[in-house]
Amino acid sequence: MSAAALSLTGPARDARVAGLLSRRRKLVDGLVKLLCIAATAMGLALLASILFTLLFRGVSALGLHVFTDITRPPGSNGGLLNAIVGSLVQTMVGAAIGTPIGLMVGTYLSEYARTSALGNAVRFVSDVLLSAPSILIGLFVYTILVEPFGGFSGIAGCVALAVIVVPIVVRTTEDMLRLIPTELREAAVAVGAPKWRVIVLICYRAALDGIATGVLLAVARVAGETAPLLFTSLGNLNWSLSMTQPMSSLPVTIYQYAGSAFDDWVDLAWAGALLITFGVLALNIVARVVLRPRA
Amino acid sequence: MKLISTALALTLAAFTATAQAQQITGAGATFPAPVYAKWGEAAKAAIGIELNYQAIGSGGGQNQIINRTVDFGASDAPVDAAKLEQNHLLQFPTVMGGVVPIVNLPGIDANKLKLPSELLAEIYLGKIVKWNDPKLVEANHGLPLPNLPIAPVYRADGSGTTFVFTSYLSAVSPDWKAQVGAATSVKWVAGNGAKGNDGVAATVKQVKGGIGYVEFAYATQNKLTTTQLRNKAGHFVAPTPAAFIAAANAGDWKGAANYAVNLIDTAAADAWPIVSPTFILLPTNPQDVTHSANVIRFFDFAYKNGGDIAKSLDYIALPAAVQDAVRSSWRSEIKGPDGAPVWK
Amino acid sequence: MSDVAVLPFRPASRRAAAFGDRLFAFLAMSAGVLVLVLLGAIIVSLFIGGWPSFRAFGLPFLVNTDWDPVQNVFGAGVPVFGTLVTAVLALLIAVPLAFGIAFYLTEIAPGWFRRPVGTAIELLAAVPSIIYGMWGFFVIVPIMGDYVEPFLTDQLGDLPVIGGLFQGAPFGTGLLTAALILAVMIIPFIAATMRDVFNTVPAVFKESAYGVGCTTWEVMRSIVVPYTRASVVGGIMLGLGRALGETMAVTFVIGNTNRITTSLFGPGNTIASIVALEFPESQAGSLKLSSLLALGFILFVISFIVLAISRLLLRPRSA
Repeated sequence: MSAAALSLTGPARDARVAGLLSRRRKLVDGLVKLLCIAATAMGLALLASILFTLLFRGVSALGLHVFTDITRPPGSNGGLLNAIVGSLVQTMVGAAIGTPIGLMVGTYLSEYARTSALGNAVRFVSDVLLSAPSILIGLFVYTILVEPFGGFSGIAGCVALAVIVVPIVVRTTEDMLRLIPTELREAAVAVGAPKWRVIVLICYRAALDGIATGVLLAVARVAGETAPLLFTSLGNLNWSLSMTQPMSSLPVTIYQYAGSAFDDWVDLAWAGALLITFGVLALNIVARVVLRPRA
Repeated sequence: MKLISTALALTLAAFTATAQAQQITGAGATFPAPVYAKWGEAAKAAIGIELNYQAIGSGGGQNQIINRTVDFGASDAPVDAAKLEQNHLLQFPTVMGGVVPIVNLPGIDANKLKLPSELLAEIYLGKIVKWNDPKLVEANHGLPLPNLPIAPVYRADGSGTTFVFTSYLSAVSPDWKAQVGAATSVKWVAGNGAKGNDGVAATVKQVKGGIGYVEFAYATQNKLTTTQLRNKAGHFVAPTPAAFIAAANAGDWKGAANYAVNLIDTAAADAWPIVSPTFILLPTNPQDVTHSANVIRFFDFAYKNGGDIAKSLDYIALPAAVQDAVRSSWRSEIKGPDGAPVWK
Repeated sequence: MSDVAVLPFRPASRRAAAFGDRLFAFLAMSAGVLVLVLLGAIIVSLFIGGWPSFRAFGLPFLVNTDWDPVQNVFGAGVPVFGTLVTAVLALLIAVPLAFGIAFYLTEIAPGWFRRPVGTAIELLAAVPSIIYGMWGFFVIVPIMGDYVEPFLTDQLGDLPVIGGLFQGAPFGTGLLTAALILAVMIIPFIAATMRDVFNTVPAVFKESAYGVGCTTWEVMRSIVVPYTRASVVGGIMLGLGRALGETMAVTFVIGNTNRITTSLFGPGNTIASIVALEFPESQAGSLKLSSLLALGFILFVISFIVLAISRLLLRPRSA
């Protein structure tokens, strides 16, 4: 367009046209900027809308009994204690299983197999796992841990969550280790350290913040997962910390209560939704704001 | 690293925690979940049995008890005799419930709209598409039926409620039976799906001219606009507990194999036509005799003391004669490895 | 990094060091192989589970639009169609918005403002999917049904050719609403990727463009976007991968119907949503369960393809 405009201009009118042109260009520039601000404002408004909806529906049901009492039948004014604790246990254990594996895989990809065919295959597969529908992971764990062992169990839920944790930790570990300058490694090797000690004592230490961020983000991600738990840890109406018994969790409880006929269950579902969302967002903020600046 | 060690410590603590005594686990149908939970609470206090019931769907309940991953399964749809035998299962009913149509028509209150059964089928077949269709007007003299398109809503998730509702439509409409049939999910001809009772109720509320179907308990608890239906005897009835009990009493419990009684469209004069029992599936060759006995003790307790609880949650308790028949089935059919009845 | 100097490296014997190295390398590789085996096992178990269905219906399973549990006839046509349509629509909505956000965060926003706003946008990615479902159903669906859909029908419903896209009863649920929720869920991923790659453009390039009098938008359009195009597309593909597999949120709002509709307001189904909705009512050994597992397998194949493309596109810059 500007080329066409230029071709129409005679040399005498150059200055005026240039002025016009720059006005038009400034207008376009301003307009685009305005649209970008609008897009950003919209993104923020969506977040606000979600949080407001949760507060609006959830706060009224959020009494002390939610934290001190277990789930009860309709009309008995129950709480969510078993679901909250069940979620905490399964998330922690899932992260405890998945983190070391993810850490080793990330190390392998960054330190041993940057370009090898096996490394590329592992990297690709890990990325596929990252976007795999979590319900399919739940179904898989059901076939390997629930059916053969004759029952739903907390540990099956933990394993399903661990499978989701692994690729997230792999991604951040590899990215963080790759950022470590080669000179640092070389310096350590030069003083006679074996490679594995270089990795453990130097690379891990240097990348600790980044890796911890990855773990926290993974924890935040699995804490809100419903689908993989439906057919693994099943849920439990009672207080149970046994890993071999079905175990309660917040997302599954929300999923089942949100659609029930009884107002107190529906209210509890919203209170649970409020708890889990703000918990997950808090973890994210910790991961991003507190740990990131030094990385 | 601190996180990991904390988690490990928690794991160890969890593993060493002893499993509670007397816990029984069941899974399956969503529809009876609230009443089972309430019975569980009462049973824990009275006879020390702790129930963990999880609503994962009837099909899931059947799969889990066949795989023996739970102590009992629960299903809204009865399981056919061959499958019960093959998998060594006893099937018995616990409570009954009704399915009711709900509508969103401005100016028309609950239980005012009269729906002849064949018209309900035609609505869901997409043959009647306006609320002021002459056939609907004829059945509802004096009711201000609006000139609105009919928006049918159905359960999008596979569900026992859909099974009961489509069984009814199949019973009253040959067209429906031929074209669609009855199952936990079917090939719908018209309308939109929504997830769960709540999804159907909310969608109907959202769309003027909407019609849907939900469990009676859901409609009552949420004060939804239900309708009358014409039953087999030709009377228009409103969905009330009395109408459900009339249907239950009209059922041929004695003649039904495995208690799979058909309460759909019974001939009784004041019966609601969409009523169905929900079932429990229990292994007849239990591996763990104590668990099996505890399951039976639990349901025995529920039969004896759970009627009022069921009523308070808008479920219908079983007739006493049926309960006695189930008790004798427990004695005669569920045997331990030594051949002795598990429950006496 | 003064740590290095004080690290207590004992002059261990060469053999012990070599053994430690081999052990560590072995552990790392085993973990990598474990991940390979894990995904392999998931896919193989899905394929075996879905095999009866593939065998019964053959290749037409992929395009058959029938899904009739009563007659035991199943086809992947509707869920595959719904998955692709909602994902593509979601991209059409999300990409411009994400671009705007990334542009704002890299070039327009005042420096101190970038981090908090960027973090807030990224938080959108952290909201659990079931919460998106509940929010979508209670907030977005009524807005769509009461305002957006009637408005679109009035404005666009009578147009030739595209008018049909905007007709139908305003239920509020349906393909468009599902795409909208998906778009909200993937905006943070795409925006974050775009922001990160925009930041990789060397300042020299931008400054020389500003030097010859370019406006911010012109720098963006003629310098930053061409420079980062491949990575941007790769990031969009990652968002697409995410949208394809999303389950819980979609089941709340898509209307879950196994028909192909010509209207954007019409109901549909995605692979993930039909698996989640029908699995609980599928009996072991049934053709229905097998068809659901076959759908899961197809979904993996689709994500494989999408990821492979994004990997190809992302490679040149990251190498």
